[in-house]
Amino acid sequence: MSLKAFHIVFIIFSTLLALGTGAWCVWVDLVEGAPIYLAGAIASFAAAIALIIYGVWFYRKMKRLRIIT
Amino acid sequence: MEIPYTVSTRPDTGLWNAKVGIWLFLASEVMLFGALFSAYIFLRLDAPLGMWPHGVLNVPVGTMNTAILIMSSVTVVLAWAALKMRRYRAYWWYMLATISCGVIFLVVKLGYEWPQKYNHFGAYIKPEELGKYEQYLGNERRAEKGMEPRLEITGHLHSQNAKEYEVALDPVNADPNNPSMDRPHFFPLPVTDKIATIEKEDVERATMFLPTHSAYFASYFTITGLHGMHVLGGVIVFIYMWLPVSKKVYQRNPEHLANRVEVSGLFWHFVDLIWIFVFPLFYLL
Repeated sequence: MSLKAFHIVFIIFSTLLALGTGAWCVWVDLVEGAPIYLAGAIASFAAAIALIIYGVWFYRKMKRLRIIT
Repeated sequence: MEIPYTVSTRPDTGLWNAKVGIWLFLASEVMLFGALFSAYIFLRLDAPLGMWPHGVLNVPVGTMNTAILIMSSVTVVLAWAALKMRRYRAYWWYMLATISCGVIFLVVKLGYEWPQKYNHFGAYIKPEELGKYEQYLGNERRAEKGMEPRLEITGHLHSQNAKEYEVALDPVNADPNNPSMDRPHFFPLPVTDKIATIEKEDVERATMFLPTHSAYFASYFTITGLHGMHVLGGVIVFIYMWLPVSKKVYQRNPEHLANRVEVSGLFWHFVDLIWIFVFPLFYLL
């Protein structure tokens, strides 16, 4: 597996982590009633979206540049 | 004598040698960290009620360190892409950013997070003496709510003599019947001014938040320590590849340096991927 492919796998895991962190924040807010966790949830979900956008951009750029190993 | 297959691929494997080597090494690393994660999971599942610390790590700081590592993975792959496009100047800057991220991660971990733990004290009370310290534990209310008992009094060790500990209490023990103390706090609360006197004969075991404190902290320091050593190793390799000595390799054969960056980048991604599992396991769950 090349660095390019491993980087995409890594971004997928990072996105899952951001989504999981967001879900955890929502869960803490719902169960414990701590509104500050909502801000954490919003930040986590925003990070997940940013990672997805970056992942797609990276994949397209690598394809365009034909960096293949 | 020239080392073969550092740039061109071997006809039998279809890969250059260093790539085969790094993946064999990473396979052994999977086994190492896999064993440690398995040990952590079994220790946690087998922990007696009330004996597994919750919410003792700083979530915002952990989140920041996670973001720094993710960022460093992005910069290392961009450094490699820059080399592939023969843009050495861009490579140099991306590599510097990667090194900076690694150094910041280590400074935060070793200079801030770990020392906070060394300075924190915890005393597990003997089960038969828990009632004596009810004002710091709030176990009657917890029992009514069906929650696991609180067995430990924590804070800063104010002083001690042959018979007693004096502890500046954490908010969780200073105000144990406050329902907001039943959950971890997003921003950790500072130690209070309230001092509790704990008789040493009532204590089952007492220690700072070190590996000797509990299976939780033993796992925490082992896994994050080993991970930190890997980050340090990666940073040292990156510094070598960032120094002028590597420019000579680039001038001789740019593809050779690109391959070196690729294998070290694969290692770096693996180290960051380990952290992606460490963070939720220790900080969130």
